[in-house]
Amino acid sequence: MDGGNERPGTPVSKYWHVIGIGIQNTLVYRVNFLFRACFGLIPLMATIYLWRAVFRSNPDQASVAGYTLAAMTSYYLVATLVDMLTAVAEDDWQIAADIKDGNISQFLLKPMDYLTYRLCLFAAGRIIYTSVALAPVAVLLLVQREFLLLPADGLTAAVFAVSVVLTALLQFFVSYTMALLAFWVLEVSTFIFILFAFEYLAGGHLFPLDILPPPLLAALNFTPFPYQLYFPVSVYLGRVTGAELWQGLAIQAGWVIAGYALARWVWSRGIRRYSAVGG
Amino acid sequence: MDATSPASPPVAAPGRLRRYATVYAALWRNSIVREMGFKTNFLLWIVVELLWFALQLCFVAVIYQHTERIATWSKWEVVLLMGASQFIQQVFTALFFTNCSNLSELVRTGRLDFLLLLPVNTRFVISLRHVDLGAFVNAASAVAVMVYAAGRLGLRPGVVELAAFGALCAAGVLIHYSLMFLLATVSFWTVRAQSIIWGYHNLFNVARLPDAAFRPGMFKATFTFVLPMLLVANVPVKLLADKLDAGWEVLLLLGMTAVCFAVSEWGWRRSVRHYTSASS
Repeated sequence: MDGGNERPGTPVSKYWHVIGIGIQNTLVYRVNFLFRACFGLIPLMATIYLWRAVFRSNPDQASVAGYTLAAMTSYYLVATLVDMLTAVAEDDWQIAADIKDGNISQFLLKPMDYLTYRLCLFAAGRIIYTSVALAPVAVLLLVQREFLLLPADGLTAAVFAVSVVLTALLQFFVSYTMALLAFWVLEVSTFIFILFAFEYLAGGHLFPLDILPPPLLAALNFTPFPYQLYFPVSVYLGRVTGAELWQGLAIQAGWVIAGYALARWVWSRGIRRYSAVGG
Repeated sequence: MDATSPASPPVAAPGRLRRYATVYAALWRNSIVREMGFKTNFLLWIVVELLWFALQLCFVAVIYQHTERIATWSKWEVVLLMGASQFIQQVFTALFFTNCSNLSELVRTGRLDFLLLLPVNTRFVISLRHVDLGAFVNAASAVAVMVYAAGRLGLRPGVVELAAFGALCAAGVLIHYSLMFLLATVSFWTVRAQSIIWGYHNLFNVARLPDAAFRPGMFKATFTFVLPMLLVANVPVKLLADKLDAGWEVLLLLGMTAVCFAVSEWGWRRSVRHYTSASS
């Protein structure tokens, strides 16, 4: 982002170029993406059916843990949608490989910022993934349409959209920072999987976090995990409103900035070490 | 691809069995040496798997905060099911998983040529080359969870019941193996290994859920009669917890095991016939 020694007139357009290249490169994997998207629907369906069985087993209650059947189903459907738009697919493995194989050396010479470059590729990847996965996901939404709630009003929808973008940025910065561990350790995949396990639970992939005991939820709210999935989904479902909504959005933005700062800082530390090793 | 090709002299059945046992022992030794080369990584992978298992148990704990039963299943019955599913999955991982997911890599790099030339059954050596020792540790933790859950349920299975349970679990492992091997051979050319692994992990997710939660329909039929995920762990656990509706479920599991294995063998033979090495 420091455009000091760049030729004038091109600082932004070159990154548009990167997005274009990224789109072309990821198009190669469209069959993989379709395969993934379709297989990903299997556990989703299973979880939805499981909850339906829970509701059937308690016929005298209209809601379980504060969720109606429609709200619970919508939670998982919207979570899938957000995940499709924001999840980091292979970017972290690629970044780690770039560091291990020494491919980042060229970025130290070129007037191109590696983080921005990676962010562009991430965006390109999500655009292609979303356009491929949209078909199977749309079929699912159609099948489940009687259980799919829509946002209460335009404002909710707009805040949801903003929150999804922030989620994507947060997801990216976290994965980017984790991948930078490759400066220090040979094999980063175990660390990535360990963090992912926490995110899976504390981010709300498994179940909506507000069915947890309140003290646990309060504790989780001090971590960035809920803002990686749970928060935008609960905005969509209208479960956060009023002052809480704006406060949540501000905290999410705060985590994004913190993530960005951390990514920059770890990179500068890593580069120092990288030069020492490679020099 | 049989060992009885004209080049190798015909061997009597017991001798052949001993030869394969020797080969398999050598593969085990290799795997142990390889794993011990990366001790930290070995331990970290065990931690990763334990964490994901704990996650599934958390899910059960949270759901049962809000309900007494899921269909006919009580909390500890579902925990027993999760344990059994994890046990079957980990034994499968230990013996077969890496090998199946490596298959497309063998095809891509042309290293399959080398394995085809070895004087042993190619499917044998491809399927059992690597042993993932860490998975046995995780299988043991699954057994611990099962023992605890059985204790909470007041189950006192006898020797015969335990043996039957073990045999049904073995059938489950075989189903996982056959399906994943089929998946790996069918997608030889189009899909990369990463996606196969990912795809199969999604199927594991179905295996650990109680079958009674699913109403008769497309989903249940598919995962009972096509990809029998709802049989793999459910049937052994129902046997152990005296929940079997009828004996036919056991027969269905065994029958589906045979069918899956036969289909995967058919798919494998077809794929090998179409195999034309990598350009070199």
